[in-house]
Amino acid sequence: MNNALPLVIAIPMITAVISLLGRHRPGMQKGVGLAGSLALLSTSIAILAGVLLEGILSVQIGNWPAPYGITLVADVLSSLLTLVAAVVVLLVSIASWTEIDPDRVAFGYHPLLHILTMGICGSFLTGDVFNLYVWFEVMLISSFVLLGFGGERAQLEGTTKYVTLNLLSSTLFLAGIGVLYGTFGTLNMADLALQLRGPTHAHLAETLATLFLLAFGIKAAVFPLFFWLPASYHTPPVPVSAVFAGLLTKVGIYALVRFFTLIFSGDAAVMHRIILVLAAFTMVVGILGALPQRDFRRIVSFNLISHIGTLLVGLGIFTPLALAGTVFYLMHDIVTKTCLFLFTSIVQRLGGCADIGKLGGLYRSHPFMALLFLLAALSVGGIPPLSGFWGKLILVQAGIAEKEYWLVAAVFGAGFLTLYSMSTLWSEVFWKDRPEAIGDPECECVGRTFLPLSLVTPIGILVFLIVVMGIWPSPFFHLAELAARQLSDPQMYIQKILQGKP
Amino acid sequence: MIGRAFGLSCEGCHMFSIVLATATRFLLPLLLLLSVYLLVRGHNEPGGGFVGGLVAASAFSLYMIAFDVEKTRRLLRAEPRALVGAGLLVALGSAGVSPVLGKPFMTGVWLERTLPVVGKVGTPFLFDVGVYLVVVGVCLMILLTVAEE
Repeated sequence: MNNALPLVIAIPMITAVISLLGRHRPGMQKGVGLAGSLALLSTSIAILAGVLLEGILSVQIGNWPAPYGITLVADVLSSLLTLVAAVVVLLVSIASWTEIDPDRVAFGYHPLLHILTMGICGSFLTGDVFNLYVWFEVMLISSFVLLGFGGERAQLEGTTKYVTLNLLSSTLFLAGIGVLYGTFGTLNMADLALQLRGPTHAHLAETLATLFLLAFGIKAAVFPLFFWLPASYHTPPVPVSAVFAGLLTKVGIYALVRFFTLIFSGDAAVMHRIILVLAAFTMVVGILGALPQRDFRRIVSFNLISHIGTLLVGLGIFTPLALAGTVFYLMHDIVTKTCLFLFTSIVQRLGGCADIGKLGGLYRSHPFMALLFLLAALSVGGIPPLSGFWGKLILVQAGIAEKEYWLVAAVFGAGFLTLYSMSTLWSEVFWKDRPEAIGDPECECVGRTFLPLSLVTPIGILVFLIVVMGIWPSPFFHLAELAARQLSDPQMYIQKILQGKP
Repeated sequence: MIGRAFGLSCEGCHMFSIVLATATRFLLPLLLLLSVYLLVRGHNEPGGGFVGGLVAASAFSLYMIAFDVEKTRRLLRAEPRALVGAGLLVALGSAGVSPVLGKPFMTGVWLERTLPVVGKVGTPFLFDVGVYLVVVGVCLMILLTVAEE
């Protein structure tokens, strides 16, 4: 079972290489992409099953023992996220069949998507800080190209902001790694966790924690470092922004969760306090940003930021229940955000543009799509019995148990505004009558009425998942609880990696 | 155009340096040989796939400056992208040998016998060959694209 772990990295790499070699044959690239994503999905299911049966899985790359070699580790959180990522990549690569123009395919869209997947899966599985940095770079480099290629004006502007801020984040991350290695002489996460338990390093731990909080905070788009996200996520082709929204920011969240439960958990009470404040600000400021926006994808982008804040709430409260809430919300958020971004494609096809003021009346022509969107939107808004409700419920419960009433108020406030933003979106795009043409040539074209099956099916599956997680939440909550139990007791993780050592 | 920037040859500017062209004809095989030498000695001594690949790529770029892009592509035969792909597969293949033998991923597996010129042969050497191919491919992909613009 342990040997399946490197497969999660090898499969996307092989997929990317084969589709690179067949880059003049788009048909073959689609087939290879589909086969590769399915293989990744089945491997990640096998890994999750293995983790549930046998406990934490780990493999030492090259058979070099733990503090020296690179470790790949799968606990419940990592394997769960890998599984969700595999689902998202499969669905997005199907949606790309019709939503990516032939020029971008010829330029190498498919290989890049799978390299990005490799980076994401690698980040989830690695147990080594420097290796994590490498996977971040793999992810970033492919995402730079995915954002920028095509070379439209708006796209380049968005990419510049994205690249600049992410390079800054990488620099901070690397600086943190340097200090870490200089002080402790190790970069293995389990070993670091062990060494940072010592009381002598309290101040250094806080400094380092701040560096990493900044670095991952930029990647995850946490207040006040989120400006790059709404500036860039609405510019690339829809499937690209769907996979970015679904997975990239979540990798930042995953890194924060991993670092602040495993490595900086001892004296870092202050840090968890800071994370709580940041979470509250991210939630409220993010959703306030969504209210004045008129572009479909920009509205969803600001919603995305707001829910990054919600995800951090659990990490800030730092009780097993709260962490379980974060894990549950993470699953929900990846699925819904991918779904909402994919909806942009449908709206653009049907309405001809993405400006919600000029759209309208889609409910009349496509009631089924309107229903699907309504379900996804209500789930984001946290209406029972959809997936978003349970995630928020657990977080609120954990908040009340810890007497963090102001935080609970922030969750409710942000949730209310999210609901407002989502219902505005629905009523503007689907419900109200389509306004008479105002003389804007860009929106004059009444869009096509044809919706390709390869776009509708992934959205349908995502909405189905949202509904299933809502109506039948107990297995998902059970998984989240298991993940949280492992996170709040890092001793198990440390012992598994450093077998024999104290 | 890189050629024009160096004041050397290319169809557009009709400046063809016979000295450079003649020297390149002799230097190219030597440089390629050097790159392979660096690749082979790389396991225990300075060298390896990365440096070897850089030297090989620089040999081809010298050829490109002396002659032109078209001729370089013809000399190279394979497309640079294909080199990158093949290199990645070779590297991955070398890492995949050990799981088949029941050891963790990427564990070095060595042959018992030593080969005459190369010395000890094992999967780390194969990995280096993969790196070599990727480096040659990437460098030439960039250089040839820029020169064609």
